[in-house]
Amino acid sequence: MATAGSLIHARGLVKRFGSFEAVRGVDVDIAPGESFGFLGPNGAGKSSTMRMVSCLSPRSGGELRVLGMDPDTDGPRIRARLGVVPQQDNLDVELTVRENLQVYGRYFGLSRAAVRERAGELMEFAQLTDRADAKVEPLSGGMKRRLTIARALVNDPEVLLLDEPTTGLDPQARHVLWDRLFRLKQQGVTLIVTTHYMDEAEQLCDRLVVMDGGRIAAEGSPSELIRRYSTREVLELRFPFGRVADHTEVAARLAERVEVLPDRLLLYTDNGDAALAAAHEAGLRPVSGLVRRSTLEDVFLRLTGRSLVD
Amino acid sequence: MTTNDAATTRTAPAATGRSGSLFAEVGRVLEGHWVWYRLNWRATVISSVLMPALYLIAMGIGMGSLVEPGEFTQGHDYLVYLAPAVLVVSLVQTAAGESTYPVLSGFKWQRNYLAVAATPISPARLALGELTWIALRLLFSGLVYLLIAALLGALLNPMVLVSLLAAVLTGMAFAAPVVAYSATVQGEGAGFNALFRFVVMPMVLFAGTFYPVSQLPEVVQPVAWITPLWHGTELARGLAFGTLEALPALLHLSYLLALAGVGTVLACRHFHKRLVV
Repeated sequence: MATAGSLIHARGLVKRFGSFEAVRGVDVDIAPGESFGFLGPNGAGKSSTMRMVSCLSPRSGGELRVLGMDPDTDGPRIRARLGVVPQQDNLDVELTVRENLQVYGRYFGLSRAAVRERAGELMEFAQLTDRADAKVEPLSGGMKRRLTIARALVNDPEVLLLDEPTTGLDPQARHVLWDRLFRLKQQGVTLIVTTHYMDEAEQLCDRLVVMDGGRIAAEGSPSELIRRYSTREVLELRFPFGRVADHTEVAARLAERVEVLPDRLLLYTDNGDAALAAAHEAGLRPVSGLVRRSTLEDVFLRLTGRSLVD
Repeated sequence: MTTNDAATTRTAPAATGRSGSLFAEVGRVLEGHWVWYRLNWRATVISSVLMPALYLIAMGIGMGSLVEPGEFTQGHDYLVYLAPAVLVVSLVQTAAGESTYPVLSGFKWQRNYLAVAATPISPARLALGELTWIALRLLFSGLVYLLIAALLGALLNPMVLVSLLAAVLTGMAFAAPVVAYSATVQGEGAGFNALFRFVVMPMVLFAGTFYPVSQLPEVVQPVAWITPLWHGTELARGLAFGTLEALPALLHLSYLLALAGVGTVLACRHFHKRLVV
């Protein structure tokens, strides 16, 4: 049964491409106004899940309700109320910024007067007003991305689905984009984001699932997940390449858990400074020692034994 | 689904998008093209009208001066004999251009079809919109061509406007199956070159545009009969010269409608298969 009031409801959701199973039984409920994330490395099944939820791709198995309707039978009616930001921009580069918004609005059945007004608002929102009548082709990557997001908002969607919204953007462009998405969140738009950046997930998501190999490995808010699957702090000890393994035995005695990476050891502990002092006392001489707070990256490492960006 | 209570103040208001009727949504796809076309039509007119005008001048007036009006020109000047046929051949060539690279681009390079797939408009309706747009483009190109042909004194009477409809149908009998094919192309469109070289070009030369097919060796003639161009040329000439008989007219028309119809069904299906994965 659908959880009362959930916009997206999935049980045992499966996607197969031939004999390959990209999504292997995903359960998810997303409530109105929530910012929800699918976090995972490339190939985890995030995008396939997202495409099914966006009513772009039929499910191969399981149960799925979007806005209370079945995508298999009500695709057009559901899509009329969604906003989809694809991984790769697919703007009409031969049209202007304004024309892109207006043409897309017409696809959603808005009147000409409505799309004219909406295009003005959205260019304001996307900080593209001064480029209104410029062709899309020469715009920067960040501008194109903002326009793609603005275009997805043309029908005032109840749910905005963003597939890797900031992949390929420089740090400043990412922050501008996150700021825009925050505003939407404040206006009550439900956001669903896939990302393989932990900082993006922490910035944007109230709640997220960590996906790996087509399955959900864990679910919770970023802070909950960190509390559940990691320690408060992490001590990173960097060693010359290839010499890391020599020190694992000593390090294991100093922390609750140790992860071995090619160039460093991660010591999971509630008190990083104390662990660093203990490491020196135990005779470890790392190239550098750094104490930091746990992040979702650590959660992911714990859950899958791999790092997110590999 | 209704969002239950007023206490969830953060809930966004209902979306403004809605799906529409088949007619309305095909219209919206056309409108999308129009936004681009209204600023760029000049370039397309030059390429799709200048060429047939040059044909008409070179072949009709230049070479035509060597051709005595006779039985095979149905008693007309060669220029007049040529005019309705060049109309058909030029629309078929324009149709070939419009139904190949632009369609592949929609899926692969510009990917604007993928953007439409995320709207209420279904892939099949998008395909219908694309085909309707091509038909409108052909109609417009044909009208401009007829204007030039009239100025050259190549037209006998206004019946050639009915020939224009036959020419647009011929263009679509070619375009629809080609659009269906283009929607399945995964590579960079190498097959299109083969299509232009081994289908379009021979058709232009051997399907009865410049001389009756009956002038060809008998073994080759059936090859001309399977081309949409030959059927369209017979129709267009017959209509323009008032020599069309009912039974052949019906056969030509049926053949062209069947090609256009089957092509349209396949195009809708292939658009769906390519976009809904």
